[in-house]
Amino acid sequence: MAHSLSSGKQPTWGETGLGIVAGLLALLCFVIAGKAQDPGYGFHAVVFMLAAAGSVYAIGKRYGARAAEPVPQVLPDGRPNYNLGPIKFATVASMFWGIAGFLIGVLIAFQLAFPILNFDLPWTSFGRLRPLHTSAVIFAFGGNVLLATSLYVVQRTSRARLAGDLSPWFVVLGYNLFIVVAGTGYLLGISQGKEYAEPEWYADLFLTIVWVTYFLVFMATLAKRREPHIYVANWFFLAFIATIAVLHLGNNAALPVSLWSPKSYIVWSGVQDAMVQWWYGHNAVGFFLTAGFLGIMYYFIPKRAERPVYSYRLSIIHFWALIFLYIWAGPHHLHYTALPDWAQTLGMTFSIMLWMPSWGGMINGLMTLSGAWDKLRTDPVLRMMVVSVAFYGMSTFEGPLMSVKAVNSLSHYTDWTIGHVHSGALGWVAYISFGAIYCLVPWLWNRKQLYSLKLVEWHFWISTLGIVLYITSMWVAGILQGLMWRAYTSLGFLEYSFVETVEAMHPFYIIRALGGVLFLAGALLMAFNLWRTVTSVEPAEAERPVVGSAVIPAE
Amino acid sequence: MNAHDHKPVDHVTGTETTGHEWDGIRELNTPLPRWWLWSFYASIVFAIGYMVVYPAWPLITGHTAGVIGWSSRGAVASDVAALQAARGDMTAQIDAADLAAIRTDPTLQAFAMAQGRTTFLDNCAGCHGAGGGGAKGYPNLNDDDWLWGGSLEAIETTIRHGIRSADPDTRITDMPAFGRDGLLERADITAVARFVRSLSGQEVPDGTDLAAGAQVFADNCAACHGDDGKGNRDVGAPDLTDAIWLFGSDESSIAAGVTNGRASVMPAWGGRFDDATVKSLVVYVHAFGGGE
Repeated sequence: MAHSLSSGKQPTWGETGLGIVAGLLALLCFVIAGKAQDPGYGFHAVVFMLAAAGSVYAIGKRYGARAAEPVPQVLPDGRPNYNLGPIKFATVASMFWGIAGFLIGVLIAFQLAFPILNFDLPWTSFGRLRPLHTSAVIFAFGGNVLLATSLYVVQRTSRARLAGDLSPWFVVLGYNLFIVVAGTGYLLGISQGKEYAEPEWYADLFLTIVWVTYFLVFMATLAKRREPHIYVANWFFLAFIATIAVLHLGNNAALPVSLWSPKSYIVWSGVQDAMVQWWYGHNAVGFFLTAGFLGIMYYFIPKRAERPVYSYRLSIIHFWALIFLYIWAGPHHLHYTALPDWAQTLGMTFSIMLWMPSWGGMINGLMTLSGAWDKLRTDPVLRMMVVSVAFYGMSTFEGPLMSVKAVNSLSHYTDWTIGHVHSGALGWVAYISFGAIYCLVPWLWNRKQLYSLKLVEWHFWISTLGIVLYITSMWVAGILQGLMWRAYTSLGFLEYSFVETVEAMHPFYIIRALGGVLFLAGALLMAFNLWRTVTSVEPAEAERPVVGSAVIPAE
Repeated sequence: MNAHDHKPVDHVTGTETTGHEWDGIRELNTPLPRWWLWSFYASIVFAIGYMVVYPAWPLITGHTAGVIGWSSRGAVASDVAALQAARGDMTAQIDAADLAAIRTDPTLQAFAMAQGRTTFLDNCAGCHGAGGGGAKGYPNLNDDDWLWGGSLEAIETTIRHGIRSADPDTRITDMPAFGRDGLLERADITAVARFVRSLSGQEVPDGTDLAAGAQVFADNCAACHGDDGKGNRDVGAPDLTDAIWLFGSDESSIAAGVTNGRASVMPAWGGRFDDATVKSLVVYVHAFGGGE
């Protein structure tokens, strides 16, 4: 400390405050760990305690290592001094969680085809692994991609360093701590039983703090932008961050049994609870998996294609239409249930009206390629992102179609829904993410280009085949299932028992699982490629696509 | 339109841009695609039309009913009515006929078997197996070894009221927990378990004192299972001599049963199915092969 005094270094308010709060949290978690009524909860208290104590240590170490003056906002050459550390972390984390999530997905796909793979153990049963898969791919993989890209894009398009010093790190590390707590909780049997919102009250509270910090970092960075206008990608990111905060708080409103127990009771009940759950669930799709990833699209596609965004006007209209209409569409998850008919109508009609606003994003993504279509042949990264937009268009047509009550009476509760979700999840969300990460990694680690575009080609084709196997098998399975469920004999009795319809799914479940294996294999190729990109000192020069083709009159 | 002249034009598309640039990204000022706009309008018109036709807007004490008066409850009622129409008067005929008559009338029997199959597969197969083959603790319905009787009437009583269910007329008897409740010593339990094995001709360890086991049996078990161990359907006591075992034939399974008792449960289905469904199910189960 004598060293710091001599150099006139003072801890910032953030360092002092966060250090004290983390220290107190470590103490509180120590007490909770001792009095926890459930071993899983005790384990989580220890995890939080270690993380909080580690934070105190890291803040102190960082303080000791840093210069006395605050980090400069601008580099000596006048360019903004972008903060890339937390973004690098989130990028690596997204790849790690992505592969973990795909792997669990493959396992549970095989469990459905071969139930013996549940191994008769609670920790490996489908019931616990399924939320592990969904949370890993949506929140761990998708969430880290969104953190990395949004924090990158907001800096670049605002020409400003990320606001805050410790807070961006708190957002990224805190979010990943939440992921660890949520995932281990599922395996240990801690769940509040709400789909896509399984973590219990204490994890929810912690995520709220992380998320509000994320919102503040994002807003403060926008506020200090050196551009006159806010770029469209940032509208979408902001809509995503703000709405997810509201959804998270509304759906997880709960009363804990006690400070020493992981258990809580949701304040909503009955059909109101179902309605709140699917208001949340559908808008997790709408604002997390759509708005957020549209933000990614609006930056990375024009950037990679080196073409202007197709239509500014369309981006305004489809943004506001999408934001306004999406929030009402949730009741279509509850067709033909105890939900009142009027609310079902609301959900269906708003879903229909949502079709074109969704396609506005597709048009803007695809038509941005005007004048650069030839790049699809030479640049597999751009091709991946363009195909993702095509999948986005397909699943946002399929969604309104499935929300129509007559269609829903066939499709609901069948594997068609699973196929629909995965055409969006694998085709749209994962592909736009892969494309963005393929762009980001060379930029973040200051490499000229990727290690191998040929490997990206392989990734693209293997994964595309996987997606096609997945969604076609689930379409057939789902429609077959729906038709079998409603088939009557001439005497007026159900033609098939439920278990016969399960038996009929077997071949399709195997095809689906093989599709998942291919998708996972593609992601492993990607991880290898990125690893070599980061670790190679002299990047390969051979396969760089021709850039600057705006001069070529392609149309 | 005022700043029109100052905005640069993209050379590839010939469209003017908005004039802004972020990190090298520009935006074209392309008008909304017409087909997109008109499709959007069309979807709004469709939605409004749908809201007029179907129940849509919440009011203070209810909601707008829609001009065709559709409701999901009404839709269920009309579906059920259509199903009943498809079944014609067969349900009434099954209701009116007694069980034996259903079995002998080919038309009634065909209908009852169809209804029984659907009912069995969606309600009974979970425990008894799709073919009625049973599982450990869940009786096989194909053989002629019945705990409570395999006649049409006995099967009907079992299905309607269940076994050790909440139904007031349920079949109920409990095998005592001889070991847990201290009625028998451990050695007695081992002896009687070996004696029970011997009743169906299974091997017992050399030097087993079967007479001692027989004495324990006579004092404790014969009241229900009979002096000869052939069981008693009035109290659901299984025949111990037929080498058909619900919980396993090895010594430890039998000793576990003697120690803790056995009290399997089957739900009462009378309150869940209408009369015709119960009767069809009885005929279907009876036809598995063990019916008496």
